[in-house]
Amino acid sequence: MNYDFQFGAVFAAWPLLLQGTWTTIELSFLAMVLGLGVAIACAWGKTAGPAPLRFVINAYIELIRNTPFLVQLFFFFFALPALGLRWSAHTAALTAMVVNLGAYATEIIRAGIESIPKGQIEAGLALSLKRHEIFRFVILKPALKAIYPALTSQFILLMLSSSVVSVISADDLTSVAANLQSQTFRSFEIYIVVAVIYLALAMGFSALFRQIYRRTLNYPDRR
Amino acid sequence: MRTFGFNEFWFIVEAARWTIALSLIAFAGGAIGGLLVALGRTAQSLWAQRAAGAFIQIFQGTPLLLQLFLIFFGAPVLGIDINPWVAAGAALVLNSSAFLGEIWRGCIQAIPRGQWEAAEALSLSYVARMRDVILPQAFKIALPPTVGYMVQIIKGTSLAAIIGFTEVTRAGQIINNATFQPLLVFSVVAAIYFVLCWPLSLLAARMERRQARALAR
Repeated sequence: MNYDFQFGAVFAAWPLLLQGTWTTIELSFLAMVLGLGVAIACAWGKTAGPAPLRFVINAYIELIRNTPFLVQLFFFFFALPALGLRWSAHTAALTAMVVNLGAYATEIIRAGIESIPKGQIEAGLALSLKRHEIFRFVILKPALKAIYPALTSQFILLMLSSSVVSVISADDLTSVAANLQSQTFRSFEIYIVVAVIYLALAMGFSALFRQIYRRTLNYPDRR
Repeated sequence: MRTFGFNEFWFIVEAARWTIALSLIAFAGGAIGGLLVALGRTAQSLWAQRAAGAFIQIFQGTPLLLQLFLIFFGAPVLGIDINPWVAAGAALVLNSSAFLGEIWRGCIQAIPRGQWEAAEALSLSYVARMRDVILPQAFKIALPPTVGYMVQIIKGTSLAAIIGFTEVTRAGQIINNATFQPLLVFSVVAAIYFVLCWPLSLLAARMERRQARALAR
């Protein structure tokens, strides 16, 4: 191997890389919050809604979980604008991520709701709590504890798969890398550095999530 | 400008064989790699545990797209001639090795301690213990999540389109560039993936339910 590694050009572009990293974090975080909103609504509809609504939600979940994120992204970025919807690459990317995460997180949240023993809910009813109060005070926190590992690893998967939005140039970390690549032709060095950044993000977030768990959800329960 | 007719439709459908071929390669290679990783993670040797752990951390902690880029752009740097076929195959095999390895590690560790001890008491060698006692039992537990993971592999092959490998997604892009009917084109593309993935998802869910019932009994 007689290749002369030149990381100079990559490190010289550190403000761009930093900005790309920030965009990736921002996109993932926004998608997570909005996607969880979608998922909570869908999980509620799926457990308590009328049959037609349940059918629609199930169709949404199956459709999203059985098609690639890249194709969903193309759908939002190319197909919907053809119907007259005008939006930026950034918004299209965020929408695709929210729609994608919503489907996966619905199943996770439903599993969380179902993990609550029936007796707990009946106890809430016996205390004449209203339905939303039971959800808020009886179901939410233990359910959150039950699904916390699945939910946090879903967030990390989402952040990693967000690199795909670079194909529509949504300014994320991988887009920055692709731009740098076309300017400096140092593709190998750039992608190594960017892969290391993603690895650091994934490890950093999973350490952060462990800390949050230890501080807020680490209470003893029956299990 | 072309319109989206039967020929265009068929072009995309035919590209599905490359998606399927790539998925099979990724699964076959990933199964071999995954077994090695799972055995490494559950081995007695600390060195093997750490090596397998680092492998999993690296391939689960970085995006599949970047693994693909690193192989595709990195191989020429190392003096290896590479085409999108090989790059996509290699990246998907490495990636699935990490994920399948981690899934199967859990299955191997789920085998009760007594089974290991019994095998040891019979003074079975490591190979015999794994081949005749542990792995056949772990295999049963591993089947549903493995079928489920095959769906992830099929979806993962779509990223090969980005380095120019003509599978379903890339075929869709090509037709879209010629016809400018993205709604139709990408609906067809999505439908093909759905037809490939949904039966596997249903099968995995059914196996999982059956297993849960068997365990509850």
